[in-house]
Amino acid sequence: MQFISTVFLDGLVYASYLFIVSLGLTITFGVMKILNVAHGSFYAWGAYLASISIIYLGDNEYNSFLYYFAIFLSAIIVGIFFGFIIEKFILRKMYGEDIHLIVLATFGIFWILEDLILIVFGVDPLMPYYPAMELGGIEVVGVYQGVYSLTLAALAAIVAFICWYFLNKTKWGKLLQSVIFDREVSVSMGINVKNVYLVTFIIGGMLGALGGAYVAPTISVSPGFAIDVVVMSFAVVVIGGMGSVPGALIGSLIVGMLRAFAVHQAPVLELFIIYAVMAIVLIIKPQGLFAPPKPRKI
Amino acid sequence: MYYGFGAYAVAMCQKYFGMTDIFLRFFIAVAAAGLLGFALGFILRRYREIFFAMLSLAFSMVLYGLLAKAEFLGSTDGMSISPSTILGYELGRFGLLYFICFFVICAIVFAQAYLRSSLGHLTTAISDNEIRVEYLGYSVEKAIHIKYVISACLAGGAGGLMAASLGQVDPDSMVLWSVSGELVFVTIMSGLGNILAPFMGAVLFEFIRTYAFELAPQAWQMIIGGTLLAIIFFSPGGLWSFFQKLNFLRKKNND
Amino acid sequence: MTEKFILKTTELQKSFSGIIAAEDINISVKEGEIIGIIGANGAGKTVFVNMITGYLKPSSGKIEFMGRDITGIKPREATHIGVCRSFQVSQVFMTMTVKENLMIAMSLAKKSGLELLLPLDDEKLSKECDKILDLYKIKNQSNLIVSTLSQGMRKLLDISMAVVGNPNVLLLDEPTSGVSVEEKFGIMDIVISALKKSGTTVLFVEHDMEIVERYVDRVIAFYQGQVICDAPPSKALKDKKVIKYVLGS
Ligand SMILES: Nc1ncnc2c1ncn2[C@@H]1O[C@H](COP(=O)(O)OP(=O)(O)O)[C@@H](O)[C@H]1O
Ligand SMILES: [Mg+2]
Repeated sequence: MQFISTVFLDGLVYASYLFIVSLGLTITFGVMKILNVAHGSFYAWGAYLASISIIYLGDNEYNSFLYYFAIFLSAIIVGIFFGFIIEKFILRKMYGEDIHLIVLATFGIFWILEDLILIVFGVDPLMPYYPAMELGGIEVVGVYQGVYSLTLAALAAIVAFICWYFLNKTKWGKLLQSVIFDREVSVSMGINVKNVYLVTFIIGGMLGALGGAYVAPTISVSPGFAIDVVVMSFAVVVIGGMGSVPGALIGSLIVGMLRAFAVHQAPVLELFIIYAVMAIVLIIKPQGLFAPPKPRKI
Repeated sequence: MYYGFGAYAVAMCQKYFGMTDIFLRFFIAVAAAGLLGFALGFILRRYREIFFAMLSLAFSMVLYGLLAKAEFLGSTDGMSISPSTILGYELGRFGLLYFICFFVICAIVFAQAYLRSSLGHLTTAISDNEIRVEYLGYSVEKAIHIKYVISACLAGGAGGLMAASLGQVDPDSMVLWSVSGELVFVTIMSGLGNILAPFMGAVLFEFIRTYAFELAPQAWQMIIGGTLLAIIFFSPGGLWSFFQKLNFLRKKNND
Repeated sequence: MTEKFILKTTELQKSFSGIIAAEDINISVKEGEIIGIIGANGAGKTVFVNMITGYLKPSSGKIEFMGRDITGIKPREATHIGVCRSFQVSQVFMTMTVKENLMIAMSLAKKSGLELLLPLDDEKLSKECDKILDLYKIKNQSNLIVSTLSQGMRKLLDISMAVVGNPNVLLLDEPTSGVSVEEKFGIMDIVISALKKSGTTVLFVEHDMEIVERYVDRVIAFYQGQVICDAPPSKALKDKKVIKYVLGS
């Protein structure tokens, strides 16, 4: 019982931030058909920027509001800054090229941004734990759990709701869905696809950065920690179906729970289990669990 | 993945059958990788683009997990490999080098023949228009499967030779996805279309990596990433097309 | 017993999640016939062609080819038995030259198994290709990359790639759409005369009634997934329903 609730809670927390990150990835893919490897850089930069802001604010209980402000602001800044630069100056020049080439370009960007972190923030790990400390912990179903981690689950739920509302209830959301479904038709309908791409890429990046920024207080932020998350969120997006929002939700839950289970039961097998499941899902459902429909070809 | 699989095949044959002959090693590596490629090909041939890549990645991670966990294969430490022999005689460093060159030339000849064949052209045709290929009466999946097995064989052979020349196999440096990433990088850098191009690309890659690492240990990834971007932008056809352009310009100047 | 037909459909039906795109289609085609398929946009002409050539599986009904049930076969199997097609939107290899396109089509039609590992550049096949290119009047463009060609040229290439295997039945989906008025008759002259020579049975989708009148033995008119008329052109083009639903007023 104890074991089950530990795995469940850990899995839930893990799934929550994985969902936020993967949502960014899947939206970018759905709209732009680009698998953005540099998504991990948004995550890392979000985490680093949030960390130094929190550390700068210092351990001070009057600051609690400011901590959260710093976290969200970091995510927004990273999303806009890098999102703008990457989309406008690199990706925009590549649309229509072979998609593998574009994936590789984002790989190149990822490498560059990784080393840029080393140069800007140094190699020492940062530990901005104050916000998490402040909220303390409580006992949930017999397990001691940090309250801050639980707010992560709440944040994920809010993000999921906003996203659902936006896509299904607003004019902009419907516009976006038409671009996702068929780019050519949208162009001929007079939608400015360029702008849609830019905004999408920035929002996707913000979500990635938000995942990193919000999770920073619970971990030790050190160089190279983003690669794991990229790899995991790829698994999430593929399991759920590339470009599908509900897919990202279910995918995160599956991967989150599996990982929590593996971490407590067989640490070495962590990646193995997740990828084995991904392989099984793809074999059974080649497009992932919730693949968006495709327009017809001939 | 097939690279690592070939390498491990060599290691296992040495462990269980005491096999160290260089020809046998190469053969086993090629055959083992080819068989694995043949088996997985039945699944993978249904997939395209990103899904193909992700499923391959998943398979290779599963293999990695298995190898890292398998005690009898040395877990994460891997296994060491004794020097190669030929007809019972031990090959020295140079002897091995000659044989490697020999195998590389065989591979080049074979790959060249494949690329010139109807099937070889068919793969370009498939990436251009699958529907048409089906309507011409050939199974797209079959063509992809054949090509997949061929690449698996080549990669397996390379892994086997690498194992023989390093004297060591382990999951981290042979099976992990970053190894495959490096190989893809070399391919992009060299460009497609000529067999010699990847060779130059590989040499240049090692060169850049070594120097970048010496000059700027903190920023070598950045240099590699930057190089990658620069190639994609300025010479999407890779180094090969760059050379072709140079040649073209020179001819023009001479005229 | 009944007359021998090369192609026969019985109560063919196709629906896409509720939308009926083909309903109760009964058509019999004799060997060597040249048939024009007409109908407004969305009438179900392409769906019909797609079903015959195996791109779409009928929801119900039967397709027979020379007495053999071929319902739901794969496109490549259709090609093997000699039911070939061209496309409304040319499906050719855009990044290759005209000659390469045809050489690939040719080698797939003439070789099999390990023969395919022989070099593509085969002298005998190359000669045969040149013959076809000559026949379809695109020989001068042999070495051009397809993406630089005009729509009309692409259509010709598309059709020539469909005929390399000497099909028994050839279905052409709008061979002249997207082609300039000057080119139209030229293309049809080339195609139909080449096909008549080889005795191929042809079904082609066409919007231009002048072309229909000039080349076909029989007209089949579609409206909302149904066949509303199946008669010789002189009669069909005067049919009330055809005038109302196909030709417009
Ligand atoms: N793959 C498909 N999925 C859904 N609907 C389709 C599909 N193919 C055709 N349709 C529908 O079937 C009808 C007939 O289309 P089509 O045969 O292409 O018309 P046309 O006579 O202009 O060639 C149209 O309403 C079209 O929307
Ligand atoms: Mg049509």
